[in-house]
Order: sequence, then C-alpha cells, then structure tokens
Amino acid sequence: MGSYSNRSKIVSRKKMNLWELIYLPAVFKGMWITLKHIFRRPATVKYPEVKREFSEIYRGLHVLKRDDEGRERCTACGLCAVACPAEAITMVAAERKPGEENLYREEKYAAVYEINMLRCIFCGLCEEACPKEAIFLTKRTVASEYTRDKFIYGKDILLEPADPDKRIDITKRLTPEVIEFKKDKNAKHNE
Amino acid sequence: MATALIYKVFLASAILVISLVVAMYSTLIERKVAAFIQDRLGPSRAGPWGLLQPLADGIKLFFKEEFMPNTADKFLYILGPALTMFVALLTSAVIPWGPDITIGGNVFPLQVADINIGILYILAILSIGVYGIMIGGWASNNKYGLLGAIRASSQMISYELAMSLAIIAIVMMTGSLSMREIVSQQQGFHWNVFYQPLGFLIFLVCAFAETNRSPFDLPECETELVGGYHTEYSSMKLGFYLFAEYINMFISGAVMATLFFGGYHFPYIDQLGLSQNAFAFVSFLVLFAKITFFGFIFMWIRWTLPRFRFDQLMRMGWKMLIPLAILNILVTGAVILVKF
Repeated sequence: MGSYSNRSKIVSRKKMNLWELIYLPAVFKGMWITLKHIFRRPATVKYPEVKREFSEIYRGLHVLKRDDEGRERCTACGLCAVACPAEAITMVAAERKPGEENLYREEKYAAVYEINMLRCIFCGLCEEACPKEAIFLTKRTVASEYTRDKFIYGKDILLEPADPDKRIDITKRLTPEVIEFKKDKNAKHNE
Repeated sequence: MATALIYKVFLASAILVISLVVAMYSTLIERKVAAFIQDRLGPSRAGPWGLLQPLADGIKLFFKEEFMPNTADKFLYILGPALTMFVALLTSAVIPWGPDITIGGNVFPLQVADINIGILYILAILSIGVYGIMIGGWASNNKYGLLGAIRASSQMISYELAMSLAIIAIVMMTGSLSMREIVSQQQGFHWNVFYQPLGFLIFLVCAFAETNRSPFDLPECETELVGGYHTEYSSMKLGFYLFAEYINMFISGAVMATLFFGGYHFPYIDQLGLSQNAFAFVSFLVLFAKITFFGFIFMWIRWTLPRFRFDQLMRMGWKMLIPLAILNILVTGAVILVKF
C-alpha cells in the first residue's frame, strides 16, 4: 500500500534491549521528572479569591456607547450584523421622533438591538465595521445562565448608562494600531 | 492475665483506629501528591489545606444510594467488600510497632501477637485478600467486574510467588520467621536492605502488584474495565474497597519497613538517654516515618508510570521476578555457606 501523505511514519517494532527490558532506568527517569514537578509552582489560580488578570484589550462582553451628551451613537445601519461571521447580531431600526433629539444622535436608531452571546465568537469584527464608534468589546465577561434564551442580550444589558460616572471605559481598546486603522474611515459626522 | 488481656484489646483497637485514620488521610495525601506532580494545588476548599476533605468524602460515601444489581448474588455481594476490609485490617496484628513499654512495673510489648510464624501469617492473610476482590467481582454479575476479578486473581498468584521467594532470603539470613526477631536483628544500621537490595526490589515490585496499585492496577483499570471489580459497587461498599486499598498500602509499607528497613530501629536513638517509654514512643515515630516514606513512594510511582499491559505484567512476574528471586536465594545461600 502506498503512502497517502508525506506525514506518515514508519512504526518501529524493534525488540527492547536488556537495558530497556529491566524497566528500572526508565522508571527512575520518570520519577526524576515528576519529582522536579513537585517543587514547581502550581499553575492554579484560586478563582474566587484571586482573579486571573485580563489583557487590557480583552475582547469580552459588548457595550453600546453613548456620545458625550448621553445620546445613543448607534444608527442601526446594520454593518455590524453584516460583518458578524457568527450572525449573532439582529436589530430593528426606528425613526427618531421630534423631541427625542436628546436620546438619539442620528435620525434613525436601533429600537431593538440584540446579540446572541451563544453565537458570538468575540472576534471584534462588529467593532471594526461600525462607522459610528458605537459598539465596542470590553474586559467584562458574559455571565453563565441556566437557559439559552437568557443569553440573547438586548439593549438593557448592552447599552451603557447615561450617567457620565458610570460610562464604560473603552479607551484601552483604542490602541495606536486601531486609531491608525480608523483614521482612513469616513468619520466626519463622528466629530 | 487480665491486665495483659485489657492491654491487648486496647492496643488492637488503637492500631485499628490508627490504620483507619491513616487510610482516610492517605486519600487526601494521594490527591495532594497527584496535584503537586501535575503542577496543581489539590483539594484546598474543605478546611485549611483541605484537611476536612477525607471527612467530607466519608460522609458523602455514607449518604450515597446503596445500589445492588438485581442479578447479583446478594450474600456474596455484601461479603466481598467486608472480606476485603477485614483481611486488610488483620495483617497489622503481627507487626512490631516499637520496643516494650512499662506501665506500673508490667512490661508490655508494642505488638498485638508475637507469633513465631509472623511472616507466614502475613503471606497467608495477603493471599486471602484476593478473595474479597474475586467474590465481589464475581457476585456483582457484571462482565467488567468479572474481568477485573480474574485479572486480580491471576496477578496475585503470579506476584505472591516472587514475593514469598524474596522473603525466603531474609528468613535464611535471620534464621527466624518471627517479625520481632527479624527487627531485633537489624539494630542500629544493620538494615536488611543493605544485605538484600535485590530482594527488597523484588518485594517492592510485588507489593505494588499485591495492593493493586499503579502500574499494576489492572483489576480496576478505568480505561478498559470501567471500574474493574468494583464497577457495580456504590456507597460505603465501594468506600470499603477504596479504604482497604489504602490500608493495604499502609500495612505493606509497615511490612517493608519491618523486613528491610530495620523496623523501629534507627541509629543512635538508643543512645539519647531517653526513658524506656519515651524511647518506645520515638521508635514508633521512626517506624511511622518509614511507613510514610513508603506511602509516598507508592503515590509517587502511581502518578509517574503508566499501567502495564497484561502480557507485560505476566512476563515480568513469571520470567523476570521469579528467576531473579531464585537467583537471590542461591547467592544468599552461597554467601551463608562460605561465611559460616
């Protein structure tokens, strides 16, 4: 039978010589290795007391940003939903009524904005696609739940609070590379 | 006569309690050693350093459902773990735990029974030990249980031979079958292991096989036989099997320390000028330290070596250990002939 790939290896079935046959040298070698491991620092992080440090640019739970006056930035263009490789994002657009200018930045806004956290792969492509700087991934994690429907996060969870003190900080995500990348975007109405 | 009887009952109960507590805490130490070898921390939630973990495990085992398969032989099914536990606890009777102690002018030996065939007694009890496993595996009417039982019996028979042959060399040297006599001949640093290194090695390997510890844990063998002979057991019946394994470890550590590592003897502790009872206590601690060392070796090996294949096991038992043990006897006999 020919070989189907260049990665096949010929199995060695050679007889053990006397040195290998008495097992003991190999046994002591193995015991030496395990003995060295006993004195090594354990890799365990004692979770509730000690929390593992996240990277500053960790891609966790999303946030829908507001602008400085507390208006929602999202204009329900749907680019994030198109960019999403896991098809986790859905939204329903609505038109801003007169008198709602303090709530929504643009004339169109997302009445419903949902991300299915079971589908989301936290790749960050929504963030990359957004022309309004409205969606960002943050250092926060998605909590565990008992039922699947609880993982469909709506605006009640995703939208950041209007209170300026409770805003979610995303400046760490804006690394020099990201700013360089966003520079080329047509972002005039963001200014 | 009455005081001697009360003393014996007291000593036997003390040894029983010590064996059970040691077995309980061996489970914790085993998990800790495993964790450290694998760069983990091990149980640390129940009490400081997980010290209450064995207690929690024990309570859990008692409260688990007593399940008995419909097709099992009811009497034998219960007899299996009971016999295993009983036999595991029996061996400690002939082990000398320390030199004599004096209470109120009476001299008491720290040994339950100084019978003059101590070694034979240990070998006999050890070979009964396999009955518990065989009966349990067979009675649960489960193919994995049966396979585990068959493996256990064939393994025990193969390794008991080499074990006994290794001991014969010791008996030839000391000229006695009494455990106490063997210990007293190893006073100071005249430990048998220096005169019988090969015998000790054979005995150690066989002790692993006799206690069904890795790398000879084929009777349980999770990867092939689910749980081996205790597949169908639950609750404290399973607990008995597991505890018996740790008690066996403790006892075989004690036997190895007694036969090869001078028992409770250690150089120079008899020159410390201690009173007789304090000396007995220190000697007991010495023996206990040796047993702990062997317990650690048992665990260290378990978390280092993979399991043997069955044909390797048989080849090693019959084609390597037994010829080596016979060779050991021949050499010992020749040396004794030349020397005396």
